[in-house]
Amino acid sequence: MVSKRKGESFRRSKKGLAPGAADGLGRRDLLKMGLLATGGYLVARKGTSSPLILVRRRDDFPPSPPTTPWAVALPMQQVAQNVALNPAPAEFPVQGEAPRAPHQKWSQFLPQKTYELVAAETTHVFHPDLPAPSTVWSFNGMIPGPLIKANYGEPIVVRFRNSLPTVAQHVGPGRPEISIHLHNGHTASESDGNPADFYATPFFKDNHYPNVLAGFASTHQPNGDPNEALSSLWYHDHRFDFTAPNVYKGLAGMYSLFDNLDTGNELTGLQLPSGAFDVPLFFADKLFQANGQVFFDTFNFDGLLGDKDTVNGKIQPYFNVARRKYRFRMLNGGPSRFYEFFLSNGLPFIHISNDGNLLPAPITKESLRISVAERIDAIVDFSNCSIGEEIILQNRLEQENGRGPTGHLLDPDEAREVLKFVVTSDADDFSEVPATLRTLPTINPNGAAATRTWRFERTNGQWAINGKFFNPNEIRATPKLNTSEIWILKNNSGGWSHPIHIHLEEFRVQKINNQDPQGTLVSRKDVIELGPNTEVKLFMQFRDWLGKYPMHCHNTVHEDHQMMLRWDVIP
Amino acid sequence: MNFLARFGAYALSGCLPVALVLSTDGPPRTGPGGHFSPAGFPNLLLRSHEGKEVRFYDDLLKGKVVVLHFFYTRCDGVCPQTVENLLEVQRILGERVGRDVFLHSISLKPDEDPPERLAAYAKEVGAGPGWLFLTGEVDVVERLRRGLGFVDPDPEVDKDKSQHVGMVLFGNEARQSWVACPGGSSPALMAEQILWMVPEPEERAGGGGPTDPDRTPILPGGKTK
Repeated sequence: MVSKRKGESFRRSKKGLAPGAADGLGRRDLLKMGLLATGGYLVARKGTSSPLILVRRRDDFPPSPPTTPWAVALPMQQVAQNVALNPAPAEFPVQGEAPRAPHQKWSQFLPQKTYELVAAETTHVFHPDLPAPSTVWSFNGMIPGPLIKANYGEPIVVRFRNSLPTVAQHVGPGRPEISIHLHNGHTASESDGNPADFYATPFFKDNHYPNVLAGFASTHQPNGDPNEALSSLWYHDHRFDFTAPNVYKGLAGMYSLFDNLDTGNELTGLQLPSGAFDVPLFFADKLFQANGQVFFDTFNFDGLLGDKDTVNGKIQPYFNVARRKYRFRMLNGGPSRFYEFFLSNGLPFIHISNDGNLLPAPITKESLRISVAERIDAIVDFSNCSIGEEIILQNRLEQENGRGPTGHLLDPDEAREVLKFVVTSDADDFSEVPATLRTLPTINPNGAAATRTWRFERTNGQWAINGKFFNPNEIRATPKLNTSEIWILKNNSGGWSHPIHIHLEEFRVQKINNQDPQGTLVSRKDVIELGPNTEVKLFMQFRDWLGKYPMHCHNTVHEDHQMMLRWDVIP
Repeated sequence: MNFLARFGAYALSGCLPVALVLSTDGPPRTGPGGHFSPAGFPNLLLRSHEGKEVRFYDDLLKGKVVVLHFFYTRCDGVCPQTVENLLEVQRILGERVGRDVFLHSISLKPDEDPPERLAAYAKEVGAGPGWLFLTGEVDVVERLRRGLGFVDPDPEVDKDKSQHVGMVLFGNEARQSWVACPGGSSPALMAEQILWMVPEPEERAGGGGPTDPDRTPILPGGKTK
């Protein structure tokens, strides 16, 4: 019986993510079971007894098979190991490497460590209740990919090798060509994972991450501005038109970067929780077919919502915690859902970092809002909890489709329950919540060389920026190296939300709807949640590196339908 | 495929049972939801501008690389630009249209667009062989439109045909590979996206994608605008 099932799953997996024909009625049956079994999900919240209506509310798809909440422990992300590369990476492409421009400033930042991440088709168990392991595209067999730990002053090369099936072999959503972007990295264009620079199996590309502070070759020579240090980054595929399915299938992982303030050691620097108490959390919602395979809807141009919340690759895991402080590096891995997290016992979050950038000072909050691709680092202090106490991480943000949040918060008893903390032990805690974190860099908006206005629009179901669609050959702006500009982003797209991401350098919000930014918006960011009828004024800098970069909506379904543009830093 | 499963599909999609009558058993259809699954499309009956009856799956999709969008002949919104771009795509792809690639333009106003009118339209715009303009029963067109995702989540917007979704879908049925782009996108880029779907013997043997700015257009005569 078991082996037969495995055979079935294998056969299906060859067909990719699409649901098999025979699933039709079984899925409906499972739907009903699912509704009974997974109380607390959005599908059940309207309180109607008709599964058909519920299904239609959820973008017309039958729900995933039922899975028991809190049945699986939260996996810790495995740390990537330094390995020798053969052939050794070099300034110019080496044997087996996909075409690229030579690495800028290679000799200045010779790699001290090298890593190899292999993208391949593997299987992954998102939950033991699913009938079979899911076929995924992973790095080194892991969902999410290995956690890269890096340090300022220690340049590295990551060899991203494509060992996926060939285009000719592949059936189903996604496309087995990759271009890996380190999101938040102050990275030269040729290592930035440009959407148009994708490559197929068996090629690789050596991305050069110098782990150097912005300003090193411009405003703050030679070492850069310490106030520009980044901490919580992530890497993901960026192949244009196929980013959403490729990342959904698993081509993403996280990257933590340390410096002499944020040291990764709670005995030094800012003394932020470290080691086992510094926990990256990769959130991604997904749909599953009755056979356990992940399901991606290619006939949806607006945005995909899953009914299963995964954290570090597991559906609704639990996490045993000690009575002390933790640092959680929370990433919304998309594709289209926004979150507003609460803790069920009312415990606050101490928000310390936005998009991987430490705030000037911690801000204590009841909830954390994270749009797609945003990161929030927060400290949660469990020290006053009792042993045995269970605390649910709830997403109370209502969202019904790719349009974005409805604007309503769900009641706690209607919330999506994402992760359960179980307080099980005591542990020493040498960490601190410092009164101040990282000073914001000094900026001079009056010195901006240009002002550009970008309208994010939707007409006839098409996503545009200033009336145009993405074309990798069309350069829409050419800021000069080592200048600054004001970019105004406007969203008049009729009630849609767009998390807008700009590569190369963090921006600073100058105004939002003509008001001064408040709270955590007084920070460096690389994604801005551009809500309906919102206008933001950003201060941008284009330092140190030349070449092409994109700006795009990070609802990856909008991105794949060309809500993106190319701009180039020119000499 | 049993009756119940199919019925479930239509019930869930909110379509009228009349669609059932018009469909026949074609390939497996998996879409219990509103959108089709790429693993199975309904074999609905349409009529081409050449006056022929065609089945959506058997005649239009099966084993083909297709370009598909919805339009209507009297549209004065997005359609003229989309059709103009597809004409440019047709020019770029040359004789591959009708051999390697098939274009399907389905009317959203089948009552206004009978085959004769579509034929006149095709002639007027200069559509060549391999490009079909299609009409059908209102319910059939509606089912295709919903199943292929050309739907606005706002029911009021969705009802307004002048605001219809202007995307163009490219796909390879056998590979279950589908991607869409705006109809107003660059025709050279559209042609390139379409060719991604076409199997090539030497397909992707070489790595690398387009690498600007030194990139050579992969299409003879393709504009790199």
